[in-house]
Amino acid sequence: MDAPCQFNPRETRPMDRIPILKLGDALLVTIQVDMHDRLAMALEEDLTTRIVEPGAKGVLIDISALEIVDSFIGRTLANIAMIAKLLDADTVVVGMRPAVAITLVELGLSLPGVRTALNAERGMAMIKRRLDDAAMVPADEDEGGS
Amino acid sequence: MARNTVPIHAGEDVVRVRQETRRCAIEAGFGLVDQTKIVTAASELARNTLDHGGGGQAIIDIVQNGAKRGVRIVFEDNGPGIPDIALALKDGYTTGKGMGLGLGGARRLCSEFAIESLPGKGTRIIITRWK
Amino acid sequence: MAKPASRLPVILAESAKLILADWLATLKATPDARLPATELETQCDSIVTRLAQACRDGNVSSVGAASFATLRDILTELSRTRALQGFSPVETATFILSLKQPLFARLRAVYSAEPERLATEMLTVSELIDALGLFMMETYQRAREEVIIRQQAEISELSTPVVKLWQGILALPLIGTLDSARTQVAMENLLDSIVRYEADIAIIDITGVPTVDTLVAQHLLKTVAAARLMGADCIISGIRPQIAQTMVHLGVELNVVSKANLSDAFALALRRLGKTVVNHGRPVPVQPT
Repeated sequence: MDAPCQFNPRETRPMDRIPILKLGDALLVTIQVDMHDRLAMALEEDLTTRIVEPGAKGVLIDISALEIVDSFIGRTLANIAMIAKLLDADTVVVGMRPAVAITLVELGLSLPGVRTALNAERGMAMIKRRLDDAAMVPADEDEGGS
Repeated sequence: MARNTVPIHAGEDVVRVRQETRRCAIEAGFGLVDQTKIVTAASELARNTLDHGGGGQAIIDIVQNGAKRGVRIVFEDNGPGIPDIALALKDGYTTGKGMGLGLGGARRLCSEFAIESLPGKGTRIIITRWK
Repeated sequence: MAKPASRLPVILAESAKLILADWLATLKATPDARLPATELETQCDSIVTRLAQACRDGNVSSVGAASFATLRDILTELSRTRALQGFSPVETATFILSLKQPLFARLRAVYSAEPERLATEMLTVSELIDALGLFMMETYQRAREEVIIRQQAEISELSTPVVKLWQGILALPLIGTLDSARTQVAMENLLDSIVRYEADIAIIDITGVPTVDTLVAQHLLKTVAAARLMGADCIISGIRPQIAQTMVHLGVELNVVSKANLSDAFALALRRLGKTVVNHGRPVPVQPT
């Protein structure tokens, strides 16, 4: 792990928080447990704190272990995406299972502001591409590319 | 027939409702997609019971109708009740921080959906999904 | 038109053993290897017992009533087993219809001096056993239908294969009339394949589909939406002019790129993935010289 879990005088103990890894330009979160309210809140807080670290330009959330995504979890993901956007970072959700995708469509849940990719590798490529695009300055022909 | 009553008073209980529903769905022979749909609906309604109903319980059963097998769940609470049910079933309607899809969305995931609610008298929602 | 109440309940209660013995004798006269003697005896015994009970508790002409429920359950189980064991419809029906003979025999004995009563009672028995026979036929049919449905599901699974056209590009050629069940299976297969092959683009080709109704169109749309949620995208190809017209009239809006045929869709998919087909100038002759 890049940074140690912070101890904070809140309800959840450090072990109850979902770990966040720094991978290149992105923060990587792997959700593997059935998330309940406090855990989701803690994740939001932790991500918000760490997005403003130098070099954190994107958030990659791996939900390949999630068998269920209900509107609460959907809201959490959308919130994270909105917060990240305000802090100038992209959010990509990866690994959604087919059964989950079918159910979300039936539920009528779209994830506003959330990009999706098939797996972590594609998600990272997506984040990197956007950074590259953003770095390209629209200038005259004389100047080079990114 | 498996009968399970899960009290809903905390976030962890919503997880328990999901687990019990999953167990019953598997026992009733549901395929993966059908399992996911009923467990997701159960999750939505359990959260509603917790967030809006002040806590309550879920009773999860396997049911049979002729050759069909299904899962039925009754959500009960003694909360403030829902004043306008039709409105609550509309997508986008939310009293909380939700994405406003709880009731309407859950209904779409079920084969049968019945709701009784009176202001001050609590709420009772019965959902069924057939195989 | 007042009929004196049927004495059948009493006759059944008093002569159950006799009727059973008679019935078994008839059945055993043509033994069937699929039904060993002990099993046959158990089945007939429970039928006669329940029949007596049902007639006593209820009305002999109301086979559908609650009093006959246990008997119906037994007959349902029996006809299902026979259906699955491969008995013919005639064999299944004959089994229960052959109960008429022993009952008639008892009636003749009881009403030997009252020909009119005898006629009425025989009619009652006939109607009762016929009703039970029809009931068994119905459940037999249903059991056979369940087998067919299960086989159809298997065909569904097998007949909607997903094809990998290129690295990252899948095709799902749908053929034939699409019903709700088949479409759902095909769509689930497609989404699973997207994960398995790590596909970016899935082409759903409906050249071989004669009609698309609103339900199927909705399934297609939901599949496209689900694929997008997973990080892939879809292209629909092969929409026929008639289908296009029908869909517009039905008010179906396909919020997805549509190409006339599979090869156009494939070309688009390649372009999207940044690939192109290059002529390297050294073709190999198709037919060897």
